[in-house]
Amino acid sequence: MTELLRVEHLNKAYGEVPVLQDISFTVNTGEVQVVLGPSGSGKSTLIRCLNGLEPYQSGTIYFQGQKVDPTPKNWQLLRQKIGMVFQSYDLFPNLNIMDNITLGPIKVQKQSKATAQKEALRLLDTVGLADYTAKFPRELSGGQKQRIAIVRALALHPDFMLFDEVTASLDPEMVRGVLEIMANLAKQKMTMIVVTHEMNFAQQIADNVLFLDDGHILESTPGKDFFTNPQTDRAKEFLQSMDF
Amino acid sequence: MAHSGINLIFEGQNLPRLLGGLWITIRVALIAIIAGGVLGIFLGVLRTFKNRFLRFILRLYLEFFRIVPTVVLLFLFYYILPKSMNLNLPAAEVATLVFTLWMAAEASDIVRGALISVPQHQVDSGLAIGLNRSQLYYYVLIPQSLKLMLPAMMNLISRIIKTTSLLLLISVLDVINVGQQIIEANQKQYPQGAFWVYGVIFVLYFLICYPFSLLAKKLQKD
Ligand SMILES: Nc1ncnc2c1ncn2[C@@H]1O[C@H](COP(=O)(O)OP(=O)(O)OP(=O)(O)O)[C@@H](O)[C@H]1O
Ligand SMILES: [Mg+2]
Repeated sequence: MTELLRVEHLNKAYGEVPVLQDISFTVNTGEVQVVLGPSGSGKSTLIRCLNGLEPYQSGTIYFQGQKVDPTPKNWQLLRQKIGMVFQSYDLFPNLNIMDNITLGPIKVQKQSKATAQKEALRLLDTVGLADYTAKFPRELSGGQKQRIAIVRALALHPDFMLFDEVTASLDPEMVRGVLEIMANLAKQKMTMIVVTHEMNFAQQIADNVLFLDDGHILESTPGKDFFTNPQTDRAKEFLQSMDF
Repeated sequence: MAHSGINLIFEGQNLPRLLGGLWITIRVALIAIIAGGVLGIFLGVLRTFKNRFLRFILRLYLEFFRIVPTVVLLFLFYYILPKSMNLNLPAAEVATLVFTLWMAAEASDIVRGALISVPQHQVDSGLAIGLNRSQLYYYVLIPQSLKLMLPAMMNLISRIIKTTSLLLLISVLDVINVGQQIIEANQKQYPQGAFWVYGVIFVLYFLICYPFSLLAKKLQKD
């Protein structure tokens, strides 16, 4: 197994308030790391630190064995290799679906328009939305928008993907389609860090679970054990509170 | 009705002169709106940056043009600056400069307001696909804020056009200036000339500004 991402002693505070404390973990290529924890425990903050959307005060991130020098310029280059999908449907409302997807490939990676569009179509087809290229985000349902957002991230051919509660604002009947796409990605050995409140889904795809509480990693447990046999009482309580 | 002042408008060269003056004011306004608009977008973008010093300077510039009445600005640029700096610009050019700087100042505030009201999610997802800062502004933030800033821009534009009537004070040949000349030259013959000349000027300005305020209202609704 090759190491893709390593985080060492990461500390982050908003002003005086510590939000992440001494966070260390490793993600190997092809692995799915699921991040669980109560609301406010720092899950979003953590994965936003991993692609430089949040600055951190101390600690080191290694990406493909290389230490990340956390300058804005470096993060901008790295973000092409790190796909991220957010909770809110965050497509660009001023662009149609095709332009949403190809903006990064064309402007950032300097692909030709034809290449980028062909790849966008292929990816759209895998999520069942190949007919939607000319539509605008406002014409789509939440679930469709979220599938497009995943395609937009994949179009850059990232080395790994960050998902932050991507089904949390979806109507229940939309959730399954989005989770299926993520499960498929996992099957294809995409490296992923997934924050989710969908416990069944988490159990199904997690190679490893990071359990976060109040800015600390309370436990890091293989997925097959965490849900049946969590090591800490906090994790037990958490699973009970999630009706699991 | 024989002495009705309305005849004054259609007498001799009066109507073409009025329209000619109107054209000069419109030209000043047009250049100011376009050049000032472009400059305003640029300055508005700069004002969303974190640099404190830059923000302070641009804020100062805005407040200066906002607080000092336009008449005073025109006098300042036309009578005082040229003397102290030994440079003499034609009146129309001075007016164009003042109105451009004014337009840019006010527009920068509108642009800044619109830019910072684009949701943070949009910034995040733009950065997440690897856009650099200028790409983020160009492809995501500015297009999305255009719609937000349109109503205020329309109001500003109509204010700019209305205020160009002040140009008479620095002796630019403008509508009102011409109107004044026509009135004075014909005072004996048409005692009510002033009413008609100003009436026509009013109608001309109204015809130009009204579509803008209508458009602004419509844009505010959707
Ligand atoms: N921009 C911010 N400024 C100040 N404090 C913040 C900011 N963003 C988050 N926080 C605080 O940091 C802590 C962690 O927030 P975070 O959003 O990472 O939690 P989370 O685990 O993702 O929660 P949830 O499950 O509700 O999404 C919380 O206490 C939150 O109030
Ligand atoms: Mg969160």
